[in-house]
Amino acid sequence: MLSKKEKALIAEIWESLSPVAEDIGSDALLRMFASFPGTKTYFSHLDISPNSSHLRTHGKKIVLAIADGAKDISQLTVSLAPLQTLHAYQLRIDPTNFKLFSQCMLVTLACHLGEDFTPIAHAAMDKYLSAFAAVLAEKYR
Amino acid sequence: MVEWTDFERATIKDIFSKIDSGVVGPAALSRCLVVYPWTQRYFGKFGNLYNAAAITSNPNVSAHGKVVLEGLTLAVQNMDDIKATYAELSVLHSEKLQVDPDNFRLLADCLTIVVAAQMGKDFTPEVQAAFQKFLAVVVSALGKQYH
Repeated sequence: MLSKKEKALIAEIWESLSPVAEDIGSDALLRMFASFPGTKTYFSHLDISPNSSHLRTHGKKIVLAIADGAKDISQLTVSLAPLQTLHAYQLRIDPTNFKLFSQCMLVTLACHLGEDFTPIAHAAMDKYLSAFAAVLAEKYR
Repeated sequence: MVEWTDFERATIKDIFSKIDSGVVGPAALSRCLVVYPWTQRYFGKFGNLYNAAAITSNPNVSAHGKVVLEGLTLAVQNMDDIKATYAELSVLHSEKLQVDPDNFRLLADCLTIVVAAQMGKDFTPEVQAAFQKFLAVVVSALGKQYH
């Protein structure tokens, strides 16, 4: 459950990170590929080496979707509907991987925000990313 | 037996030489109690855990955080046999403390975040992978004696 304060904090953080969406997104992806090599199997069609344009474009896409969802968390099921369909019928990424990506995103945020990634911000962000992942997987079955 | 690359060994020793167990331990434990509040179930005797501020300033939490981190240095010093090194601690956690082993992973995740926040850019994807592999081995060893 996210409180009003937490929703505001999450929206604020993602708003401030949107200008560097490429950096944040590609960093999180690289971390995931390094720590959880099985996740690379979903990217055989892309060049996912550090700084590749594929990686940066893809990272940006993911971060902007997360940032967009953060603008009105109560409407996640509506705003994510097209992505739900994409993930369920085309990408079919096993949802366990959403957890792995979320963990790496939290590490990226910690590296980027340092002390500002307080326990409260961490808790709120973890809850938001879990909710986001759950909605994303809703159409799977 | 766990195989460690030279990079992994060096990375683990390096990280632990740079962190202050009196700072990182309390930060990781208090973060765990804030981010995963159900973990507070094991700390009923610790006093005020009512909110994030109370948890972070709670002296029992700080003291215990330091103890936990000092326990981790045992693993750093015995990387080639963490399972045996932690056999007693595993028995302690399962029989006396009765901690659900899933919680070890939660604390490990919080420790990763604390170290990441401290190291910033130096906590590269490769360093993170080594650190997480180390913590995964520790977590597994701590859960080994449960039955």
